[in-house]
Amino acid sequence: MSLTLTLASRNLFHDRLRFIATLVGIVFSVVLVMIQMGLFLGFGHMVSTMIDHASTDLWVVPKGAKCFEDPSLLDLKLRDRVAATDGVAAAIPLVIGFSDWRLDSGEMTPVFMVGADLRDGGLQPWNVVEGNAQALSERGTVAVDRSYFERLGVTGIGSTAEIRGRRVKVVAITDGIRSFTTTPYIFVDLKNARTYTGTPPDRANNLLVRLNHGADREKVLQAVRAQVTGAEVLTTDEFRSRSRSFWLFGTGAGAALFAGALLGVIVGTVIVAQTLYSSTKDHLNEFATLRAMGSSNGYIYNVIIYQALLNAVIGFCIASGIGAIVVQMTAKSALPIVITAWLMAALAALTVVMCVASAIGAIVRVVRIDPATVFMR
Amino acid sequence: MKDFIIEAKEIKKMLGSGAGQVKALRGVDLSLRRGELTLLMGPSGSGKTTLLLILGCMLAPSAGRVSVCGTPTADADKEGLAKIRRDHIGFVFQSYHLFPTLTAAQNVQLALDIRGERGRGAAEKARQALKMVGLEQKTDALPRELSGGEQQRVAIARAIVANPSAVLADEPTAALDGSNGRTIMQILASIAHERGSAVLVVTHDPRVVPFADRIVHIEDGRLVDDPSDGPERVRMPKAAAFGT
Repeated sequence: MSLTLTLASRNLFHDRLRFIATLVGIVFSVVLVMIQMGLFLGFGHMVSTMIDHASTDLWVVPKGAKCFEDPSLLDLKLRDRVAATDGVAAAIPLVIGFSDWRLDSGEMTPVFMVGADLRDGGLQPWNVVEGNAQALSERGTVAVDRSYFERLGVTGIGSTAEIRGRRVKVVAITDGIRSFTTTPYIFVDLKNARTYTGTPPDRANNLLVRLNHGADREKVLQAVRAQVTGAEVLTTDEFRSRSRSFWLFGTGAGAALFAGALLGVIVGTVIVAQTLYSSTKDHLNEFATLRAMGSSNGYIYNVIIYQALLNAVIGFCIASGIGAIVVQMTAKSALPIVITAWLMAALAALTVVMCVASAIGAIVRVVRIDPATVFMR
Repeated sequence: MKDFIIEAKEIKKMLGSGAGQVKALRGVDLSLRRGELTLLMGPSGSGKTTLLLILGCMLAPSAGRVSVCGTPTADADKEGLAKIRRDHIGFVFQSYHLFPTLTAAQNVQLALDIRGERGRGAAEKARQALKMVGLEQKTDALPRELSGGEQQRVAIARAIVANPSAVLADEPTAALDGSNGRTIMQILASIAHERGSAVLVVTHDPRVVPFADRIVHIEDGRLVDDPSDGPERVRMPKAAAFGT
């Protein structure tokens, strides 16, 4: 093994206080970027959770609908035309919308209704941990998520409340279906959803289009598009992407998260650059000695870059540990931080780039070393 | 035929600029021969160190020519000069300039590492170099665990481990007591006589005189009484050096 790594590590660990300061800077930076990007990914997953869990191949949505929560309505006459298209197995209406939930205590809270015909499937509650989703076909029944119990004044199966003045009973409880807004999702049957949202019987918010097994998706998509006027036909991927784009970038939330991440990168780079520069300055005499002995500039750059890389590796490992704890802590929160393998890989690369870029100042300083100075001391 | 390792002809060097400009060297001719220990002596400010820097390819002369092992240095850029130093010259500094975080063996090995020599072969060479300076028992010691004399011996081992054609030493005994100074000079003399390197010792320490094969005096940037082609000895018994 080359002595450059030994020299780099000894230079690094020699001044422990500075080394700790450098690590704090890197860890702060990486954790900040990790959290911001984890929030970005988590938010992206949250805003498309209904789309992700819908059992459908295509979505017919009102023209210009920006997201799943868009309250615009479709004329249900479309349903027959879509259902009659070759390759289409079913066109399932979906009714969504805001409503009012009155607790037994009389307190009111807004809720977001999600209703599809249970016989057709389409979009049903998932992760049911208590009760039975099939029971939603009965009039006045709802499914709620256990994370909203307190908010909704619910204690479990059989709890009651009122929606738009009508008595409802909890018959199914889910786990982990959380809304990225403060408004809880309430799953009901299609008919009940119309009642609670005031949607007329000849209207729906979306049509979930399921294709026949083995049907050519592209062909059917084009055929359905030809049948539909005044509405849009999107694949699940297109609708997911549109929904994420609206919530993340249309609202500025994504830009804010990216700005935070950028700030993290800048802070990290500045801290590492400053400490590397000061470490290099402290070891200038050694670098001048190396130069006097005839070492190439490249050899000295390697020592500095190894220092930067060691900083990066150690800092990233610590930051990853903190990231794992943060992920655990936020897993059940309203906005869980999602850290994927890709994000970790990107962060590792970013950490290395940040630390190596930070070495530029130190390298520029070393380039100016005059080896003759070792004879003056 | 002369076996010159470093040749300097008509070397002039101006330091500073404007009204503060100083003529540090005023036309110096000096050649270092294989197997010879040359002393460069002179008072402070006489131009000793400037000449050493020029001979060591760390400073470009204002006028004149330097060649190392037959290679002219005039056209070399900084990296080219570094390569000449790497390939042909070992340095011993007054303040040792060892790397405080590396062991004695690692300090010596560093001189090979910068030449791309690594692994067991390099470790063995470093061990042999330390053995030559009598420090084979201290290979794992850090510089702070060594005496001044021992540190200077490690520095010499570092200078010679790559078997350079020339060793340039700047006041190598200045910070040492008599016993250590004598040891250092004995080692430097053996490097010249047994290994065949050209050794130049810049010094104003008269105790080192008995170890010299040739003594060159410099004053006001000029060599005085420098019969480069003939023996110039101020002989006294080596045993008398360093007060013994």
